[in-house]
Amino acid sequence: MQYIEKPVHPFNRILDHVPILGDVIRQPLGAIGFIIVLAFIICVIFAPLIAPYDYSRQDIPNRLAGPSAQYWLGTDHIGRDIFSRLVYGSRIAFGTALPSVAIALTIGTLLGLIAGYLGNKVDNIIVVLMDSLQAFPSIMLSLAILALLGPSLVNVIIVIGLTWMPNYARVIRAQTLSIREKTYIESERSIGATDGSILLSHILPNVIAPALLLAAMDLPWVITFEAGLSFLGMGVRPPTPSWGVILSDGYAHIFESQWPIIWSGVTLALTTLGFTLFGEALRDVLDPRVSGTRGL
Amino acid sequence: MLVYVVKRFFMTILVLLLVITFLSLLVHIVPGDPASAILGPRATPALIQKVRSAMDLDKPFYYQVGNMVLNLLHGSLGTDIITGQPISRFVFSVLPHTLILAITSLSLAVLIGIPMGVFSATHPDSWMDHLMAIISISFTTIPSYVAGLFLLLIFAVQLHTLPAMGLGKAGDTIDYIRHLILPSIALAITWIGYLARLVRTSLLEVLNEPYVRTSRSEGLSEGLIRYKYALKNALIPTIAVLGVGLGSLMGGAVFIEIIFSRPGMGLLIYNAIQIRNYPMVRSGVLIVSFLFILTNFIADLIYTFLDPRIQLNKGQS
Repeated sequence: MQYIEKPVHPFNRILDHVPILGDVIRQPLGAIGFIIVLAFIICVIFAPLIAPYDYSRQDIPNRLAGPSAQYWLGTDHIGRDIFSRLVYGSRIAFGTALPSVAIALTIGTLLGLIAGYLGNKVDNIIVVLMDSLQAFPSIMLSLAILALLGPSLVNVIIVIGLTWMPNYARVIRAQTLSIREKTYIESERSIGATDGSILLSHILPNVIAPALLLAAMDLPWVITFEAGLSFLGMGVRPPTPSWGVILSDGYAHIFESQWPIIWSGVTLALTTLGFTLFGEALRDVLDPRVSGTRGL
Repeated sequence: MLVYVVKRFFMTILVLLLVITFLSLLVHIVPGDPASAILGPRATPALIQKVRSAMDLDKPFYYQVGNMVLNLLHGSLGTDIITGQPISRFVFSVLPHTLILAITSLSLAVLIGIPMGVFSATHPDSWMDHLMAIISISFTTIPSYVAGLFLLLIFAVQLHTLPAMGLGKAGDTIDYIRHLILPSIALAITWIGYLARLVRTSLLEVLNEPYVRTSRSEGLSEGLIRYKYALKNALIPTIAVLGVGLGSLMGGAVFIEIIFSRPGMGLLIYNAIQIRNYPMVRSGVLIVSFLFILTNFIADLIYTFLDPRIQLNKGQS
């Protein structure tokens, strides 16, 4: 009898060629997350092509209009197209989240490596400093700093980077502590490798994976955090179309039109949901031992 | 055990001192002069000097920290530079409202989230479990301010069923509670989802432990095993998280208090930021952080008490 090959859906064949992403998409929730994240990234890259209008174009006679063929999601209080503003807003969300997570990751990794590798007094000092940074509720710490620095995009990035940094320092430190004692590190040291080269070429590659995963999981939280600060008027300033600014404009006119709040709220919640589903599926693929709980 | 508690206590004090130092230091690290920022561009140099000395900015840094600690030990937060009144009067008149909001939200999260988690864990992979998973994931990903605005939109603007602004008529408890409903639900939503997921995971883990299998083999009823023996152990991580929860809910209350115009620490700090009243911002942040540290400390103690295995691990890290 001739062997008949089981038919494989062409889509699955494609997935086989993408190592990690393929496994993520195979999970239903991971696939939903992937679609949302993809849509988000497409908006970030192609914002001018997708948005039908400029984000600051005003059409006063049609202010606070509901959804229509002309303005798909309606207009805000000075007649700006909500859809276009939301599309451009993805750029602000991404442009804040990425650098601030990068700052947190870089400084956190550096401090975590130093604390874990050197140990003793240095370790104690860094741990106590991280503890006291985490002793503030993150929103309070950010408000205290922004109250002095004044609201701006760059300040928000710095503040978020600083607030999120201790998490990374902790993760990297714990990993470094366990790897420091391994035999291959000791043998490196015995052949005269410097601390710097051991840290960079032997410890860092072994400890960075969990921190990178944490960064992926943190992106949606940083996006909502930025929007929250902008909602309070402490982040990105109008007329820049941050989702938080759109939400705050909508709040000011809540009795006249609900559409700005509804659309920007839904966009924020969906983006966070998408990134979270994608991040959790990614984590399940990379580290199957951990099941569905998110650490604080 | 006692050694651990004492050690943890001193760590807490140390962190508290560092928090105070950091808040005093902040004024110096950040560019610009807070006194001229408060007074605006038209202030005379003499006036700026006066405010600077009222804020202790003309004194050395260590003096400021020491002074702040001494004041705190006397139960004082200093004097408000704008009204000349003690800052503590402002803080303590609104603090109870924030505490009530945070505690109500946390209770809601416990009352709704834990049963959801228990139900999911005892019916794993059923369609209800999947539904609960979708609900709880969505809940954890909705930012509290979006939840607050949506609730405001639905119940206050559209349906007019619940009041949205302020605290209600003074002295009217029923009215106070009615004004508490929307804000506390908005603040609780994330934690309902989070607790449901946490309890589901930890209960499933416990239900797979050998001692549960042994109890089953001894013929104990499933209800007794689940709710009496397993749940008790499964709730230990949840209790640890609740301490953190109370603190983080007090932080999250900023948004909710602003959206619902509800007097509280969040609104106090926010309003102080608007007029650049930095000493007020600093005192507000200090008190919220202090409560945050305190609840963490208490949660840690309860946790150690409930599960004595913890302290060994913690002592090392």
